[in-house]
Amino acid sequence: MLEFYLEPASGLPPYLQLVRQVRQALQLGVLRKGDQLPTVKEVVAGLAINPNTVQKAYRELEHQDLVAARPGVGTFVTRSLGSTSLAAHSALRSELHDWLARSRQAGLDDESIEALFVAAVRAQARGDVA
Amino acid sequence: MTAALEADGLGLRYGRSWALADCTLEIPAGRVVGLVGANGAGKTTLLSLASGQLTPSAGSISVLGGRPGSGRVQLAKVGFVAQGTPTYAGLSVRDHLRLGAKLNPAWDDALAQARIRRLGLDPRRRARQLSGGQRAQLALTLGLAKRPELLLLDEPVAALDPVARREFFGSLMEAMAENDLTVMLSSHLVADLERLCDYLVVLAESRVVLAGSVDELLATHHRLTGARREGSRIPRSHKVICASHTERHSTLIVRAREPLLDPTWTVSRLTLEDLVIAYMVAAPPDRTLLGVAQ
Repeated sequence: MLEFYLEPASGLPPYLQLVRQVRQALQLGVLRKGDQLPTVKEVVAGLAINPNTVQKAYRELEHQDLVAARPGVGTFVTRSLGSTSLAAHSALRSELHDWLARSRQAGLDDESIEALFVAAVRAQARGDVA
Repeated sequence: MTAALEADGLGLRYGRSWALADCTLEIPAGRVVGLVGANGAGKTTLLSLASGQLTPSAGSISVLGGRPGSGRVQLAKVGFVAQGTPTYAGLSVRDHLRLGAKLNPAWDDALAQARIRRLGLDPRRRARQLSGGQRAQLALTLGLAKRPELLLLDEPVAALDPVARREFFGSLMEAMAENDLTVMLSSHLVADLERLCDYLVVLAESRVVLAGSVDELLATHHRLTGARREGSRIPRSHKVICASHTERHSTLIVRAREPLLDPTWTVSRLTLEDLVIAYMVAAPPDRTLLGVAQ
């Protein structure tokens, strides 16, 4: 079963951290269709977090059609995310390689590249929300 | 839905000084409310007023629709774990549960026994033989087994080590997941509150300086950094909570109603701790710009 953790420095609200961990587990095949997520009670007892946070995360995952709640039983994975995105990985990775090479040619060091990348991801995330 | 706590102009005076003044709040039920502020800011006073141990000198307070301390029904609805999670040193764990059963009409003995078993507490042990963490868990068990709708906790973990703290809050949150419960707790440990709370109340010098849902507060407050400039250049839609300047650089914590379009500021997210500190150092309001460096 999946074990959640919180990363205070991530800058993401805790419920989105849980959503992201489930999505990542699905992408990596650690979670598969039919698997049960830990119960709200189990998550809050282990992490000492607000049950509303876990409920919000699970609702968001339901909204994304990734899990379904069976009342009185638990929350279960309804589809996987693995195959399609894994296939896209290699193409994206090679594009990223090219981009990194161009960044270095342009004189950026690792730190600047990382800062640029994080800034772009955050800017786009903000844009998507608005 | 009835609010868990409503206060209107609430105040408590000791002689000539106000321990809590002009407190207006409306806290929805089902939340975990974090109460933060410096020592003496009024946290314990607010909790004591909510539990009915103190009577207001001004304004009004209503808890779960009733007046705090008014009769058995009201008392049964509110649990209070006082500062330092007190227990009776000479009484055994079993005696504590018996006492709880005697004093509380809605006592849930099955819940109490199950919690004691799960915690691995020996019922014959006296409270003085327990560790700090175990005593805190015993006090929490008493608070939960009375089956309150609102549980108030005053600095419950101040004396606990990190492991005991995590276990204490873990079992508090577990109880919250099982029952319809509103929790209101004071703590200096904002990192803990960040995981626990979805509602925040910041007190400074006997006044409420900030109250609201954590999501909303974090979404509307930002840190702006950029080249030094004066406060007048900030748009009116942004309220400056606190500001600090070096020779060339300004850092502002602002509350925003609209997105900031000025590209010369770098906007960054705040943690709950940043937010709490901004309001604690900014209070009272007329000292907003005290952080200005010479």
